Amino acid sequence: MEILIPMIYVLILNIFLKSLALIVPLLIGIAYLTLLERKVMASMHQRRGPNVVGFFGMLQPFADGLKLFVKETILPSSANVLIFILAPIITFLISLFVWAVIPFDHNSVFVDINVGVLYVLAISSLGVYGIITSGWSSNSKWSFLGSLRSAAQMVSYEVSIGIIILCVLICSGSLNLSSVVESQRNVWFVFPLFPLFVMFFISGLAETNRAPFDLPEAEAELVSGYSTEYSAMGFALFFLGEYSNMILMSSTVTIYFLGGWLPPIGLSFFGFIPGFFWFGFKTTSILFLFVWVRAAFPRYRYDQLMRLGWKIFLPFSLGWLLFISGILLGFDWLI
Amino acid sequence: MENIFFLFFSSFSVVFSCVVVLSKNPVHSILSLILVFFNASSLLILLGSEFLAMLFIIVYVGAVAVLFLFIIMMLNIKISALTTSIYRYLPVFFVLGSVFVFEFLMLFYFDLVSLSISNLYLCQINFINDWSSSLEPSNNINVLGQLLYTHYSYLFLLSGVILLVSMLGAISLTLHKRNDTKRQLIYKQIRRDFSSSIKWKY
Repeated sequence: MEILIPMIYVLILNIFLKSLALIVPLLIGIAYLTLLERKVMASMHQRRGPNVVGFFGMLQPFADGLKLFVKETILPSSANVLIFILAPIITFLISLFVWAVIPFDHNSVFVDINVGVLYVLAISSLGVYGIITSGWSSNSKWSFLGSLRSAAQMVSYEVSIGIIILCVLICSGSLNLSSVVESQRNVWFVFPLFPLFVMFFISGLAETNRAPFDLPEAEAELVSGYSTEYSAMGFALFFLGEYSNMILMSSTVTIYFLGGWLPPIGLSFFGFIPGFFWFGFKTTSILFLFVWVRAAFPRYRYDQLMRLGWKIFLPFSLGWLLFISGILLGFDWLI
Repeated sequence: MENIFFLFFSSFSVVFSCVVVLSKNPVHSILSLILVFFNASSLLILLGSEFLAMLFIIVYVGAVAVLFLFIIMMLNIKISALTTSIYRYLPVFFVLGSVFVFEFLMLFYFDLVSLSISNLYLCQINFINDWSSSLEPSNNINVLGQLLYTHYSYLFLLSGVILLVSMLGAISLTLHKRNDTKRQLIYKQIRRDFSSSIKWKY
């Protein structure tokens, strides 16, 4: 027993340090993602963007964070206080949970579970709770309408995302994220499944409430959607959760379609570049696409959004599922 | 260690189930129902069937409870809705509770081998007689798939048909044609171009 107790301490310390090593770089990544978004949007608008704080504006995210940190937290008098405070915390926590199973490199993953794909799907489907409870507990019409829109949107695009993931799973033959990546060693799934890649990317835009599907935060109609009544740290947590979800969606696109940490097809002279560099490079490219889409396209109308999700993506992805399983079964290529 | 976790999750699920029933605010009871689902899926993970646990979270927490929450928030139920006495529901409680207790006694006293997860492995080995699969540690997705598509394929198809019928029912409830609404013809709208949409009238 005397030996067992220090072992437990070591175990706890191990878990603590590992999760710290995962979360701190993630938060820095989120901070610089906001800067990247503002810089890229600025150069697409032919402006300069943030360039005052620090060298080329490199310290701007920290200035923003500090500003949000020192502001006053306002609790609306008609709000349901407990849920109002819990909602941003839930959103932020859930956006961090999923990172436990994302593999960054060969064998560099926090936990390597057999049902990693399902875990990602399950936990990212919980993100809707933070949004819907925040909208309800604020007791304001803007927040409520925004949260209802957001919830309906996320629920409907999850359906097509799930079916697209099923297609990838049939091709890879495993629910483990690492083996999904390893099965793309010969060819990345983006080439045989290119239409699914495009649909997954668009569904990801809708799932993370990004432009052109940012109806929940439509500034012209609903002041700022579900986060209208939030100030200071509550708003900051929503913001962090949203951007963390963006990075997560990009890395899932990378894992499912772009071959994760694998170097470009068959190019063995890239072998000296480590895998996590390829993973980060691909993820950042997808993130650039997210920002590019935001700068390029106007916002959808809500009925058009629903039509796209239910009447176009859902039948099309179901058809692809049948097609792919038929081909794999017919040629006896199932793994 | 496993016992401690089991006690933790099961006691929390009992506590939150009580909150679901006794809470005056329906939103609070839905949120605690979600916590009950979470504890149940943690218990499934402790049993070693992580696939079922994930499905439990995806289906119940990710879809069913979201719709509950959606509807309850939209209905705008007042908090004082629970003015009627609890004793009104006592007979219903007794009927449902006795059925539940009877099922539990069935589980304990009769030999329902195929229902427990750990016995699925035994079933598989007896049914297929494939010694290579008993040498390799197979995960429970493989075991479930092999049982579901061979042993229980009729039941699987039957449950699919039941789901299809319920889906058709739900769709047919929403279908009623109205003639006074304007509908968009997306294809026609997209097909319009400059030459076909503007005409000179002399």
